Parts: sequence; C-alpha cells; structure tokens
Amino acid sequence: MYTQALNNLDLAPDGTDPREARFMARIDAEERIEPNDFMPEAYRKTLVRQIAQHAHSEIIGMLPEGNWITRAPTLRRKAALLAKVQDEGGHGLYLYCAAETLGKSREAMMDELVDGRAKYSSIFNYPTLTWADIGMIGWLVDGAAIMNQIPLCRCSYGPYARAMIRICKEESFHQRQGYEQIMTLAAGSPEQKAMAQDALDRWWWPSIMMFGPSDSESVHSEKSMAWKIKRFTNDELRQKFIDATVPQAHRIGLTIPDPDLRLDEETGHWQIGPIDWEEFKRVLSGDGPCNADRIAARKAAQENGAWVREAALAHAEKRKARAAEPIAA
Amino acid sequence: MSGLTPLWEVFIRTRNGMAHRHVGSVHAADAALALQAARDVYTRRGEGLSIWVVPSNAITASDPADKDELFEPATSKAYRHPSFYDIPDDIENM
Repeated sequence: MYTQALNNLDLAPDGTDPREARFMARIDAEERIEPNDFMPEAYRKTLVRQIAQHAHSEIIGMLPEGNWITRAPTLRRKAALLAKVQDEGGHGLYLYCAAETLGKSREAMMDELVDGRAKYSSIFNYPTLTWADIGMIGWLVDGAAIMNQIPLCRCSYGPYARAMIRICKEESFHQRQGYEQIMTLAAGSPEQKAMAQDALDRWWWPSIMMFGPSDSESVHSEKSMAWKIKRFTNDELRQKFIDATVPQAHRIGLTIPDPDLRLDEETGHWQIGPIDWEEFKRVLSGDGPCNADRIAARKAAQENGAWVREAALAHAEKRKARAAEPIAA
Repeated sequence: MSGLTPLWEVFIRTRNGMAHRHVGSVHAADAALALQAARDVYTRRGEGLSIWVVPSNAITASDPADKDELFEPATSKAYRHPSFYDIPDDIENM
C-alpha cells in the first residue's frame, strides 16, 4: 500500500519537476514527510540506505552481546542483558518497518545484509573478549548511538522519526546498565578494575569512529542536512559524545586511552588526538576482526529459520482454505 | 504475495478509556502469530492493555494528492466553530 507511482510526471517549462520545489518548501517549513507523499527519488534512496543500515546494525548488534548471555556473572546482570538483546531485536524490527514504508521489502533488505551489499555499524565487527566488554558496549556504544539518535527523532521522514522516539526511550536503559556494570568492576578487585580498563582501551576508539568520517570526508552529510534527515554533522555529534563521556570515565577512575586528550579551557571541549581512519575503512569494508563471523551467524539464522517461516505460511494457507470449504450437510 | 510473510498494522490501547492507537507493523503468517509478535515487539514495558492487528492490505487510505479536495472545505467553513459567533462579554454561561 505504500509504494508510489512515479509516472505521469508533469515537468515545468525549465525541465524541473515542480513537486520537488513543493517538497523542499515542506522540508524547510519543518513539515514531516509521510509514506505516500511525493518525495524525490534521491531522498527515498538515501532514507532506505540509512534506515536499512541502521536496522542491520541493531540485528547484528545482538551477536556480540548474545555471546555473553549464558556467562553473565549474576542473575541480575543476565536478566538485564537478555532484556537488552531483546530490545535490540525490537529496534531492528521498528526500523525495518520504517524502511518498508519506502517500498523496499524486508526480504530484500535481509538478502542484501547477508550477501554483503548492505553495511552495518563498524563497531559490531569487534569481538567481546571479556565480561567488561558487555558493560563497555552499553556505556560507550549505546551512549554513542543515543547521541546519534536523539536528533533523528526530529528527522523529516515521519515513520523514521517515530521509530527513533521509541528506540531512544529504550536506549537509556542500555547505557545506564552498562555504566553500572563498569562502575562495579572499576570499584572491585585490582583484576576487575584492570579488566574494565582493558575493555575501555579496546572500545574507546571504535566508539569514536561510530560517528562516521570527518565532515570534510563525509559523502552523504550535506544533502542529508538539507533534507533534515540529519540535524548535526558527524564531527559535532562526535564532540558532544566525547564531552559527555570523558568525565564519566574519570569519575570512576578509568583512563581514556589517548595521550593527546586535553581539556580546551577556552571552549570547554575535550580535544582528542588523531583518529586512525585507515582502521575505520578497513573494518567497514569487511576486514575487521569479526566481519565474517557476524555475517555467517546472520546467514545461518536466516537459513535455519526458513523452514519455520515456510511452515507457518503453509499452516495459515491450509486453515484459510479449510475455513472457505462449504460445510457438509 | 506468496512466499512473503504478510504485513499487519498494530494498534494498542494504552489504558482503558483510551482509543487504540497505531504503533507500527509486524510481519506474521497469520493473525495469532501477528498478535504474538506485536506483543513481543510493542509491549515490552507495559505500553498497553489491548492489541489489535489488522492485515495491512485491508486498510484503504486516502491519497495525499486528494488532500485539498478532501480537507480544504473544512478549513474554509469557520462558521462551524463556536468562536465564529459574536456574543457580548456580559452574557454568561455560554
């Protein structure tokens, strides 16, 4: 019901589509665009790519955390981790629904994920080696996600904005339970504190990279800002995250693994050292520590679940056919 | 559509006395599975007391292109609103 016919174009004398000007006027007036409304093809494509990538990140994000569910140290931590992983699955589903309103099927998105055409957040290609990594994902990775996602609640595309509002409410639990875990470790035995510091050493830079390339390098930024899909640039969001997170680390006695880190007294912002963009590109393009594992796990889930989906459909068909049969006299 | 799992729109009543409100959609083979999926996806934190699921293709929607002819007549009829009528300030209870 949501797909849109793009034929019958009435072009203005100068060859432009007058609907594009009306569309931009609506965007400029802070109106929301809804599924059946006119939108330029480039806007649709950008949204499908971004929302699908976002959905894939949620689904793939279940894997590094799922790795620790059976080994959580207490029942309290286990219950929280289970709930969090279930939330990530839910977030993926809200987002796939939003992308589907743009005319792309769920099945097509899933296929693009497993055959490597679609991307997901580079952060989930790092392994979760110790229990502290689970806390670090909640604190840093979900913390970075919140920075990214809060402005998306005001995104110009209605279904995406509405999905983000639900997601943001739930992310706050993710970040707080993660920070509480790290706080507990940091206040524990020297070994526990070392484990927390080791996890911070490994997750800090990948988290900083989650905001994507620098503004000067970012290919999609400018257009997305004009369309009000994005409200802040990658670098602006990254700085907000750094300013929020550095004091949180210091408060529990952990050290940010950056010898160049310093507080700029004039601006009040924390300045970081250079980011290793080569690593970012390598991990994003498929050569990270866990890329192959993540896709293999996703593919196995899709293939192993195929018979269940088929059986459920066959059962539904059979019941429908039976209900349609005339009742024997 | 065969081979694709059907889409269902989900409506939730947050508490008694409120109307069911659209919250999103789920894919499911049949109505029972759609209800189960809607419960898992949309009510993990006490969001509701009642769920409706409706096959998405059973919904007939107005076309945004018809917006003007459908809704403009309502905005031009200010006399349908109480504030259209001038009543002296000293008339009470009205």
